[in-house]
Amino acid sequence: MAAVKETVDQVAELERYKYGFVTDIESEFAPKGLNEDVVRFISAKKGEPEWLTDWRLEAFQRWQTLKEPSWAKLGYPPVDFQDLYYYAAPVKKAGPKSLDEVDPELLATYEKLGIPLKEQEILAGVEGTENRVAVDAVFDSVSVVTTFKEKLEEAGVIFCPISEAVHRCPEIVQKYLGSVVPITDNFYATLNSAVFSDGSFVYVPEGVKCPMELSTYFRINAQNTGQFERTLIIADKGAYVSYLEGCTAPQRDENQLHAAVVELVALEDAEIKYSTVQNWYPGDKDGKGGIYNFVTKRGDCRGARSKISWTQVETGSAITWKYPSCILRGDDSVGEFYSIAITNGRQQADTGTKMMHLGKNTSSRIISKGISAGHSSNTYRGLVSAHGKAKNARNYTQCDSLLIGDKCAAHTVPYIEAKTASAVFEHEATTSKISDDQMFYCMSRGLSDEEAVALIVNGFVKEVIQHLPMEFAVESQKLINISLEGSVG
Amino acid sequence: MLEIKNLHVAVEGNEILKGIDLTVKPGEVHAIMGPNGSGKSTLSYVLAGKDDYDITAGEVLFNGQNLLEMAPNERAVAGLFLAFQYPIEIPGVATMTFLKTALNAVRKERGKDELSTPEFMKLVKEKSAKLNVSQEMLRRPLNVGFSGGEKKRAEILQMALLEPALCVLDETDSGLDIDALRVVSDGVNALRSPERSMIVITHYQRLLDHIVPDIVHVMARGRIQKTGGKELAKELEAKGYADYVGEAAA
Repeated sequence: MAAVKETVDQVAELERYKYGFVTDIESEFAPKGLNEDVVRFISAKKGEPEWLTDWRLEAFQRWQTLKEPSWAKLGYPPVDFQDLYYYAAPVKKAGPKSLDEVDPELLATYEKLGIPLKEQEILAGVEGTENRVAVDAVFDSVSVVTTFKEKLEEAGVIFCPISEAVHRCPEIVQKYLGSVVPITDNFYATLNSAVFSDGSFVYVPEGVKCPMELSTYFRINAQNTGQFERTLIIADKGAYVSYLEGCTAPQRDENQLHAAVVELVALEDAEIKYSTVQNWYPGDKDGKGGIYNFVTKRGDCRGARSKISWTQVETGSAITWKYPSCILRGDDSVGEFYSIAITNGRQQADTGTKMMHLGKNTSSRIISKGISAGHSSNTYRGLVSAHGKAKNARNYTQCDSLLIGDKCAAHTVPYIEAKTASAVFEHEATTSKISDDQMFYCMSRGLSDEEAVALIVNGFVKEVIQHLPMEFAVESQKLINISLEGSVG
Repeated sequence: MLEIKNLHVAVEGNEILKGIDLTVKPGEVHAIMGPNGSGKSTLSYVLAGKDDYDITAGEVLFNGQNLLEMAPNERAVAGLFLAFQYPIEIPGVATMTFLKTALNAVRKERGKDELSTPEFMKLVKEKSAKLNVSQEMLRRPLNVGFSGGEKKRAEILQMALLEPALCVLDETDSGLDIDALRVVSDGVNALRSPERSMIVITHYQRLLDHIVPDIVHVMARGRIQKTGGKELAKELEAKGYADYVGEAAA
């Protein structure tokens, strides 16, 4: 019997991407392809004000003049942007007012993903604290439900789909949308500006510490559909918010496009902590299928003494093109970037950060841990720059790469530009392999080869994991182990 | 317990072990002494299952099982433990985490329940106190920046936790001062039992003043040249290995 059980487990294990299922739900699509009419269609669907429709159209016109960037160390066939749906949404009757009205099929989907949306079940408490997490669930292009809205409103925090924020607090949205990532920014960000469908919006008022972690859970379901979310987070003077983003997608043979934009604004003395656990479908072991993830994420430390901290755990996607950055505009502002990027199979990642020091006494810290296994390629690309006025700018960068096996690649491409003599930038980089001696030592203590790799890798990434909120640190460790299954032997 | 028959081992075409025969019964402590380059460490690595060695002839039975066909972790589960001469650094992994992962991996395979964190903490506290291993040391990454003495104490702590049937100690005395040697030896002696066997590999006799063996073997040029009681170690201390090495020239 034990042997049978083992075989069953092994077969189950082969399907190592555990979120590859498809939800059978009726969806509404915009016509395939992209033109002005589609942009207007999306805007009309959302009942948007004119300024926003115009903003989208301007972005679309701009986009038509742009070329896909090719400087990243990535190789993939050209994407046919006319062969995609730019809007897909689950058909809903009147729009759910409460959880009871949400399509049970959708609730079941999120439950299967381990994201409970029923508020009484969300008690991700650690050591007895009542540490709740509010969740905004985005399914294909639209937000289906946001939990704990009332509790947040009591504190004055606005946490809702951006499509709703456009109506609830139009002046805030208009003031900040595109103020960090302008519509002219880059090919994908400009495309996103034209066609973004939904995403999360957070506003934390002056002096408020957001009472719980905020989380958005992105799910791509529909086929041949691009997903373009737009996230905007504003921490007013002295405010604090910690935000987590999680992502999964079904297992499909075609590649799917994901081009999100995230904008963060921290005013005087405000702090934003943004964590991502990205687990999009990576494609199969031969590189078939998987998500193309072209994301623009940028934070603006607009006020003095503000702080923005990015933490990312990137395990999924066939292609990752992503550089969460900080503009250190306010004097004494602080930017941080902690990253773990794991590639296995045929995955390719080109990821890193930009720290742009504009204000005086600004400081930044970059800790990047890249792990490559299988036939994958993993590139760290980072820019640290100091403007002429950024007196006493400081940066510390540490990039470590770990190779598993001899068919993978790791690259480190740091750019440093200092226009002031008072800047102090430090850069350290290492590349190592899991040594045979380490493997033998761990195995001689009873660990299997996969347990040994998991232990060594977890040691390697520890410095970054400890910056994640507790609940997600444990999840991330498990995810890392799953991502590396089959990488040895 | 352990039966080594006519074991021949080569590395990159050079024969290092040229026919080893050794039988270890339950409860026995064997010492293997010999000059540098005699093949002592090779024997310990081959027993633990390190790659890079070609077994050209012979067999090894461990409690009736063919040891040479088992993966290193299977040997650990079956009850074999090698205390390394040069323990390996595992950056970022707290010693405590490593101990718990190893112990639970072994327990699971031995069909026992995994220990919960409080149960584990209690056990490790008790075992570490005897070996002068502080809580602070348990929080540090395994072997990273450890002194020679700390590394050896950490090895013996792992041995105590994993409860092996056969302990192989490879030059456990190297790099230890007198006080550390006593702590480590006491730790090893505490593990002696009628069911547990040990193979103590050493260059010097001084370790054997603390861990008194039942049987002493002299190894040189890839073979066991002489076997005797503990008095053989004293004899070697006085006369050196010249008699055994000298034959090579003859």
